[in-house]
Amino acid sequence: MGEFPVINKKKCNGCGLCVDICTCHGLIMVGSVVEIVPTVECDWCTKCEAICPAGAISCSYEIIIEG
Amino acid sequence: MTKTDFVKANPYFSGLSTAELNAVVPLFFEKTAERGDMLLLEGEPSRVLYFVISGVVKVYKTSAEGRDQILYLVRPGGSFIDVPVSGEGTNLASAEAITPLSLYAIKKDDFIKIFQIYPQVARNAVNVLSRIVYDMVALVEALSFHDVNGRVARVLLENAEDTGHGLRLTQQEMAAMAGTVRELVGRSLRTMETEKIIRLDHHRIIITNKKALQSLAGQET
Repeated sequence: MGEFPVINKKKCNGCGLCVDICTCHGLIMVGSVVEIVPTVECDWCTKCEAICPAGAISCSYEIIIEG
Repeated sequence: MTKTDFVKANPYFSGLSTAELNAVVPLFFEKTAERGDMLLLEGEPSRVLYFVISGVVKVYKTSAEGRDQILYLVRPGGSFIDVPVSGEGTNLASAEAITPLSLYAIKKDDFIKIFQIYPQVARNAVNVLSRIVYDMVALVEALSFHDVNGRVARVLLENAEDTGHGLRLTQQEMAAMAGTVRELVGRSLRTMETEKIIRLDHHRIIITNKKALQSLAGQET
């Protein structure tokens, strides 16, 4: 399976906003912290990273020059 | 690479004899950190000079509103917290690991003693500090004279070529380097994709027209 957002569980405050905004159901609350549910549907929309008030989710990019 | 080879290759210590290097190298000690670990805070006393063995560090300032401005990234072979260690004062900026990190470090007191014993190191330090001033002037120029698209283009170009360090950047980190907010980085990337300058392929930003990107960044090709 491919790349997924990275959760910093120390920073996650368990608000669940990322779970609500994820259209591919790639995030789930386990206890008081969020976990990734690996899914091929994740298209790296980065909405989870944008909405996280704690800065606990990273959707990072490799930057490559073609050719 | 051995510790001696690392120190020998560093700009601060170029020109030292083998005997001089042998006296200096034992003063360095090793430290590791994970992505997100804070290495030093703005305003705190400067006690140690750090050298990156592997990984990447962001050196940044935070505004009263909590917005970050990344001053520069430090890659393998580079050093940080040079200015207050070489002179007086507290840390001018904060530093955080943005990848897993391996460092050498030397205490400020030991570094100052090396300055006094080996004038070559003091002369080398002038070159290192001059480079920092040059980079800071380039940053001020970019923030003052280029629009957001141009500044994001500059960030992409500066971080695309060096693929050996494993660096990946979030849109938030790109925003902190370009002096803007995350939302405008996203808009800028989409504009560049529409104009076929880059292609967004899941977690990859692929630069498909480097010349157009350089033009956007105000760089001569």
